[in-house]
Amino acid sequence: MSGEHAGLLGVLIAVLGGAIRVGTPFLFVSLGECLTEKSGRINLGLEGNLVMGAMSGYAISYLSGSAWLGVLAAGLAGALLGALHALLCQQRNVNDIAVGIALMLFGTGLAFFLGKAFIQPTAPRLPAIALGGWSGSPVVRAALEINVLFVIGALLAPAMGWFFRNARWGLMVRTVGESTDAALAMGLDVNRVRFFSTVAGGFLAGVGGSFLSLYYPGSWNEGLSSGQGLMAVALVIFARWNPVSCFYASLLFGGAAALGPALQSVGITWGYYLFNAAPYVLTLLIMIATSSSRRTLTGMPGAFTR
Amino acid sequence: MSGRPRYALEGVNISKRFGHLRALEGVSLRLRRGSFHALLGENGAGKSTLVKCIMGYHRPSEGQFLIDEQEQSIDNPHEAHRLGIGMVYQHFTLIPNMSVAENLVLARPCLPARIDWRAETRRLREKLDALPFQVPLDAAINSLSAGEKQKVEILKQLTLDCRILILDEPTSVLTPDEADEVLGRIKAMTRETDLSVLIITHKFREVMHYADEVTVLRKGRAAGTTTVAGTTPAALAGMMLGCDPKRMPSTRREVAVREQVLDLERLTVLDDNGEPAVRGLSLSVAGGEIVGIAGVSGNGQRELVQALCGQRDIGAGCMRVQAERFRATREEIRRHHFRCLPEEPLRNACVPGMTIAENLALREFDRAPYARCGGWLNRAAIGARAAALIERFSVSPPVPAMPIGQLSGGNVQRAVLARELSGDVSVLIVANPCFGLDFAAVAEVRERIMSARNQGAAVLLVSEDLEEILELADRLLVMAGGRLVYETTPAAADLTLIGQHMAGH
Repeated sequence: MSGEHAGLLGVLIAVLGGAIRVGTPFLFVSLGECLTEKSGRINLGLEGNLVMGAMSGYAISYLSGSAWLGVLAAGLAGALLGALHALLCQQRNVNDIAVGIALMLFGTGLAFFLGKAFIQPTAPRLPAIALGGWSGSPVVRAALEINVLFVIGALLAPAMGWFFRNARWGLMVRTVGESTDAALAMGLDVNRVRFFSTVAGGFLAGVGGSFLSLYYPGSWNEGLSSGQGLMAVALVIFARWNPVSCFYASLLFGGAAALGPALQSVGITWGYYLFNAAPYVLTLLIMIATSSSRRTLTGMPGAFTR
Repeated sequence: MSGRPRYALEGVNISKRFGHLRALEGVSLRLRRGSFHALLGENGAGKSTLVKCIMGYHRPSEGQFLIDEQEQSIDNPHEAHRLGIGMVYQHFTLIPNMSVAENLVLARPCLPARIDWRAETRRLREKLDALPFQVPLDAAINSLSAGEKQKVEILKQLTLDCRILILDEPTSVLTPDEADEVLGRIKAMTRETDLSVLIITHKFREVMHYADEVTVLRKGRAAGTTTVAGTTPAALAGMMLGCDPKRMPSTRREVAVREQVLDLERLTVLDDNGEPAVRGLSLSVAGGEIVGIAGVSGNGQRELVQALCGQRDIGAGCMRVQAERFRATREEIRRHHFRCLPEEPLRNACVPGMTIAENLALREFDRAPYARCGGWLNRAAIGARAAALIERFSVSPPVPAMPIGQLSGGNVQRAVLARELSGDVSVLIVANPCFGLDFAAVAEVRERIMSARNQGAAVLLVSEDLEEILELADRLLVMAGGRLVYETTPAAADLTLIGQHMAGH
């Protein structure tokens, strides 16, 4: 009886820990996408930024010996891809969705090509804060190792919400995303605002990638990402373009992804692959439940409704 | 008061040409300080061009502007704002996903890097307390009604301390009650403060109720300026419509009239806001007659035509064609030879990116001989028919493979006429067919409409051009407020009476 109890608690704690571990890359990519979409442009290529960030973060961490330099390099790689997206999209008659898909393939392909040499070596990893020291259970302790990047992301979400509300630049990003006409009437350079939003969004997605290779799972290989970059785009819609909601949505998706491994860790092995599909099923269910054919989504930037 | 300028804004001999088109010819306008001045005119009379010159969007070809009796050149909209001129556009320019306060703050010329919302809200509230409109500052724009949005648009200009407010048909999206409230309060402001208002409108009621003075434009010229106290709607209508040189009227032949071709029974149609635009309208048009519906635009004509052409759902009532219920399905349109020539044909009756040939085939492409076994298009047949129609209706340039969006307005109209008038026609719905066309094209289009009637079609002509209706129609109806309020024949027409009914009196 008490063993079962410990098992259930163990699953809950493992899911919570997994939510934080698996959710962190979601968090960074979705915050990046949120920023880009608020400016009225969709960057579907963030999966490419993520994988590219994972590779360059791991490589620089290995070459320099500093995991934090790796994170910076990952962000810069993501920012470069973002800049490429922005520059392509501001040409005439260029569709941001098509460019995004092309850059997703380009980013992952480039990362695989450049990252061949870094599959074997071991790079310094990012440090974690052990919050589980009070517990004697190794499961609990492992689950409550919180990475510093997660803490940064958790602070970044409300900060971005504040930025959209209270900063001149934040209002400029939103104005450009809501109404090009209004932005032009205010004398804003629409392409410039979108360029910086896409670059900053790309930077965040790259940082999210470095979490994959430098913390969890914590090594570089070609199967590192399982589409987190793409799912994060859906997650932004689910979060209604609200950064703080992006934080909760990332935790929810992370937790769903951690369900299979958590159940396995307490000995429930049936349905492992079924539980692994939980985030995808969740994506579908949430989209169906929260969408309506009669009205547009609340919070959707005006640039997408035309 | 002595020494203060009498006129807030004067335009002296303003002319504006676009290539060969003379949009404005020597128009003078004087806006007295603290007055409510109406600018009245038909579509295309030059009202918008004039205010765009005032706002610095266009540079007048000739003439100058005086602000507070000082000559000023207004080179761009920023310059206009600097001079204290603010404009509220016909369509909303607010950002729907933002709050009222955010929209008002964004309108400020320079924003601080960090916005202190508490201070901004306090500042806005202080300003708003001195103004006659109250709006909830933290409400999102998309949760407001059209009337409230219009108030925010006006407040946006007033919080920027503008002294000359230009309103471009501000009530076109408002209900009558909302319109009365907004105009009444602005009128009160002109009494209590320095504010001078120039309002573009074609609603006589608003002119008579709220304006102090009115300037009428006709075909780019000032047809006159008068005080509202010294005029009547009929006199204004006369100034608006004027007397144009007569052209050769289209030939009208005696034809046997067939009854019950098009019947509308207590038809109600809702506009985009869900308000009734057409209210219980009953009408019947016989084969071999043209029934003309006259009226000032915005009285439900657009919604009526859209309902007839299948572009808008019917709220209540029913339409009958040849005594059968008509719901504007593709099958019914084909069976009854129901044809439609809507206004702005490029937008309402064409796919601009498709070729002339494809657009000419839109009614027939899915039937033999243009479609063969199971939906394969016979491009050769479509092309051959297009070439024949282009020849017959002299569409220029005669290139079937050219996208129709590249044609001039007159040629788009010819192409649509070619599609709609080829073959049998039982019912023809026409809306403002000559809008924006030159003299020769106008004569040709009217001739085609007349010949459709002579061949026995029931023609419903909805037009803002009274002269066009007087020339073409067998019967004339006046539409106001979504209802048919008056019926006469062109032979017995009394312009004064028609004008009064158009104005809703």
